[in-house]
Parts: sequence; C-alpha cells; structure tokens
Amino acid sequence: MKYLHLLWRNLTRKKLRTVLTVLAILVAFLLFGYLSAVRQAFNMGIEVAGADRLIVRHKVSIIQFLPISYERRMEQIEGVADAVHQTWFGGVYQEPKNFFAQMPVEPVEFLEMYPEYVLEPPEYEAFLNTRTGAITGVTTAERFGWKVGDRIPIEATIWSKKDGTRTWEFDLVGIYEGAEKGTDTTGFFFRYDYFDEARAWGEGNVGWYTVRIDDPDRAAEIAEAIDREFANSPAETKAEPEGAFMQGFAKQIGDVAAIVTAIVTMAFFTMLLVTGNTMAQSVRERIGELGVLKALGFTHRGVLGLVLAESCLIAVLGGALGLALAAWLVSFGDPTPTASLPIFYFPARDVVIGVVLIFLLGLAAGFFPALRALRLQTADALRR
Amino acid sequence: MSESNNVLVRVHDVDKVFRRGSEEVHVLGGAHLEMPDGEFLALMGPSGSGKSTLLNLIGGLDRPSEGTVEVGGLRIDRLSDRKLAGWRARHIGLVFQFYNLLPVLTAERNVELPLLLTHLSRAERRKHVAAALGVVGLKDRSQHYPRQLSGGEQQRVGIARAIVTDPTILLCDEPTGDLDRTSSDEILNLLSALNEEQGKTIMMVTHDPHAAARASRTLYLDKGKLATEPEE
Repeated sequence: MKYLHLLWRNLTRKKLRTVLTVLAILVAFLLFGYLSAVRQAFNMGIEVAGADRLIVRHKVSIIQFLPISYERRMEQIEGVADAVHQTWFGGVYQEPKNFFAQMPVEPVEFLEMYPEYVLEPPEYEAFLNTRTGAITGVTTAERFGWKVGDRIPIEATIWSKKDGTRTWEFDLVGIYEGAEKGTDTTGFFFRYDYFDEARAWGEGNVGWYTVRIDDPDRAAEIAEAIDREFANSPAETKAEPEGAFMQGFAKQIGDVAAIVTAIVTMAFFTMLLVTGNTMAQSVRERIGELGVLKALGFTHRGVLGLVLAESCLIAVLGGALGLALAAWLVSFGDPTPTASLPIFYFPARDVVIGVVLIFLLGLAAGFFPALRALRLQTADALRR
Repeated sequence: MSESNNVLVRVHDVDKVFRRGSEEVHVLGGAHLEMPDGEFLALMGPSGSGKSTLLNLIGGLDRPSEGTVEVGGLRIDRLSDRKLAGWRARHIGLVFQFYNLLPVLTAERNVELPLLLTHLSRAERRKHVAAALGVVGLKDRSQHYPRQLSGGEQQRVGIARAIVTDPTILLCDEPTGDLDRTSSDEILNLLSALNEEQGKTIMMVTHDPHAAARASRTLYLDKGKLATEPEE
C-alpha cells in the first residue's frame, strides 16, 4: 500500500493517455460483461437443467407429436421415476411481439417435476381446482402488469377450438418465482385437460416429455432404453439429457458462446496491445527515474514489481469500471423488444472470470516493459 | 560500519572496462583510494577521466571489472545485486548534478522515497522527512513539486533525500554543476555543515575549483591515476 501513491502519481503523469487507456479497457470489459449476460441468455436453461431429467421428443423433430400413451409406457421402464408432457401452444397475447412460451401441463405432475417453479400454496390449490386456470412466471406477469385473478385472452396460432374460435381465455391463478437465479420465470402454463378437450384436433397427442430418472449416472443408458421402447413405431423418440436438449435448442440460433468468445478475445487482444503500448511508452520515458529508484536502493525485482503493479492498476481501473457498468446495464434486464432473452443476468462465474482477466491483462501488458525495467543497469540508466 | 584504522572507503587496483563496439576502454586503470571516516573529499579531473565511474563503484551503482571496493570493511564488489541494493539503501546517500527528483511527487514525497524501503510507518516516515527538510531549510516547501522550486531548492530537496536515511557516506556527483554561484554556495555551505556538524563522510565529484576548495582534501583523477595535484 505504501507504494500506491507513487503508482497513482505515475499514472496521472500523462492524464490524457491514462484516461484513454482506461476508457479502452473499460469498453473491453463492458463488452465482456454484457456479452456474458447475452451468452447466459442463449444458454438459457442449460446450467439450471436438472441432471436427473431427460427430454423425450419425436425422433424427426420437436414439432412432431407423440402419443399421450407413451407416458405410462415410459414410467414402466426401469430407472424412470416419472414422466410429464408439455405441448407448444404458440399463442399471441394482444400482438405478435408480446412473445412468451405457453404450454398445457398436468399441474400436479408438472410442478413435482419442476420444483424450481415456486408457487404459494393457495395459488397451487387454485391451479388444481380451476379448469381454465393458468400460472405464469413473475417476469411475464410484471411485463404485462398481470395479477392473480386477471382473465388472460390468448389468440391461438396453432390450436383452434372445437367451436371454431381461436381465442383461449385463461384465469390467472398463480404467479411463480424461480427457486434459483437462472430459473426461467417467463413461462405460462395452463391445464392440459382443458386444452385437450377444447382443441379442434390433435387430441391425445403431446409435444414432448420430461422424464425424471432415478440415477443421473445412468442417463445415457435409460435414454437408450426409452428410444428402444418406441423403435419401429409410427412415432419413434429421441431421448437426451435436459441440458443437452437445451444446448441443441440454443444452437439452432447459432453457436452464440463461440461468437461471444471470438468477440471478447479480439477485444482483449486489442486491449493488450493498447495497454502494453501505454506501459512501454511510460517506461521508455522514465528510464532515468527508474535508474534513480534503483540508485536509492530499490532492487531490480522491486522496480519490476512497480511497473507490473502500475500496469495492473490501469487494468483494474478500466476493468472494474467496465464490469460495474456492464452489471448496471444488465440489471435493466432483457434488452430485446420482444423479450426473447428471459434469463438475462451477469453470472457470478463470469464476474470472477472478469476479475481474473483484469489481472491477466495487467500482467501481460506490463510484462515486456517490466522486463526492460528489470534489466536496466543502474549506472547506465542514470547516464540517460 | 566501523573501521579500526578509521578508513571508511578502500578502493584497490580498480579498473572499469567499457565496450565501444569492438573496442575496450579502460577507464580507471588500477586506481587506488583510501578515504577516512568523516572526510569531505573533492574529486576533480577532466571530462571522461572516470570521476563519476569511481563514484558509482564506491556507491555500488556499478561493479568494477577488476580490483576491489571496500566500504566500512565490506567488499561491496562481491555482493549480489539484491544485497547491493539493500546495502545502498542503508549506507549511501546520492546527490546528482541534475537533482533527479521525480517530477510527479512533491518535495516531501521525493524525500520519502528511500524510506519506502524501510519498515517505518507512514507517521515515522513523515517525521524523518520533516527533519531532513528542516536540515536543508525547506520545511515550508514540502508540498511543492519540483517544477515549482528553483534549481537550488531542488538540489536541497535532493540532499534531503540523500540524508533522510542517515547514510554512512554521501556521494555527490557535481552537485553544483547546474547551479548559479549563489545557489552553488548555498549547497556547498550545506554540505560543509553536514560534514562539520554531523560528521558526514562526503565524496564530491566536481569540475569547479571553487567547490573543491570547500572540501578537506582534493584529489585529481587523470588517466586512471589519483593525485593530490593536477597534472600539468
């Protein structure tokens, strides 16, 4: 700490240069922080996916249906604890840009399968007792200003009703919270019995199954057993761990993680050059002063440490401000007008990575200038 | 640091070789010097005679190519770089021709620099700095930056920085070389006072006979030979 004043005064020696360098680093870390949230959003569900859950869909595509009779058959397979189904409803609330996922489910089984959706007991009871009842996550409720008791009309794009109309009306009986930070709280779930009886077609078919297994270590083996059970049938299945399913879903858009990594790597490489250049210039201008420090008794390593510390201090200033700014911007939530990124936050893991990157950038940028300072011979430096 | 026969600095058969391309230049050519504790020695000689090189060798800023350098009974030419730096911090006070103050630090912070290498607390460091600035008469200018001080004042700050650790020996490389006569006299008065009143051992390299006259002994260095009289 006693050297902090010296480090700080050296940094403020060329204020404009330091400010520009700090700003450049700030932008790189702002980019890193914000894109971390974007990457997290695209990995939606992968990290919070249950290790003990498999997703079973039609072998051809997820838009092909599976018979509801598969549920019981799957539950008889050794290692399967439970199976619940969901179906993509794809309705529109007021206008198409108000996108959110809606699915008919069996309330009891579904909420047992997904304990991360936390409902108050009275709301849970209301869901079981209200045929047109629906629950939604807190994010969607806040987005549209819904409260329990509201009647929500949703215009179907796939599922017309037997009476020929397309407007489905639901009674909002509960608003669920996420048990953990990455839990998707944008979903809208309503009762399958209401849906199945009222829909004009597709009766007895569902979109996909979520299967809970007894032993996550046997996931591959059980998935194979499920697929084998339905092999050579009109609706063959593809079973896979929930995380893998989510990942495949995210990759339909593109390998966002790879794109983000590429952008951030380029930004950091540029930063390395900018900061390295600043430090190299700074050391070059101060050869005589570094010589004086050595003459006064600072060791070669001590001077090396001072240069590295100075480089790290620049990186910390820019990096901390960049990460803080990113966290602030991310706190405003999903930046897309269609609310396409329901899980949008700055993951703690990436904050830690950011901090490590700050110091790596500082050390890497200061390495060659510090080496030069280390090798400087005292008498030679004083002669300059 | 004590010597039984009162000799503080003993330079024996010292040479320093510099390379200029393929050519080797022998600067000192086997110089001998003994300097008693408490002496104020002036070292004169033509440019390039090796005065500053000898000063650097005694201060442990450079190493001899040949010969030995002993200060306070310690062979400093044998010390590792790290030990030599530590030794310098404890025993050597350096005063430079162009002051060599850090422009980004105030006078107080410049004087404090050598104390950063000690285990003193900030309060203790400030006390030592105030005392050193008091000795050079610049207590009231402690918060001024070098650019806000005259040449003479900057050199006094340089002297305060040199004495703040209470070193064994003060090595001054043309301390008045960049100053006008009045400022030069102030600096020489200060060095004389440090020598006479505080018993500091001082070695001063100078081109100025007027400055050398203030020393208790003057040696002339030319072609590697130290003499009490200049060569004709």
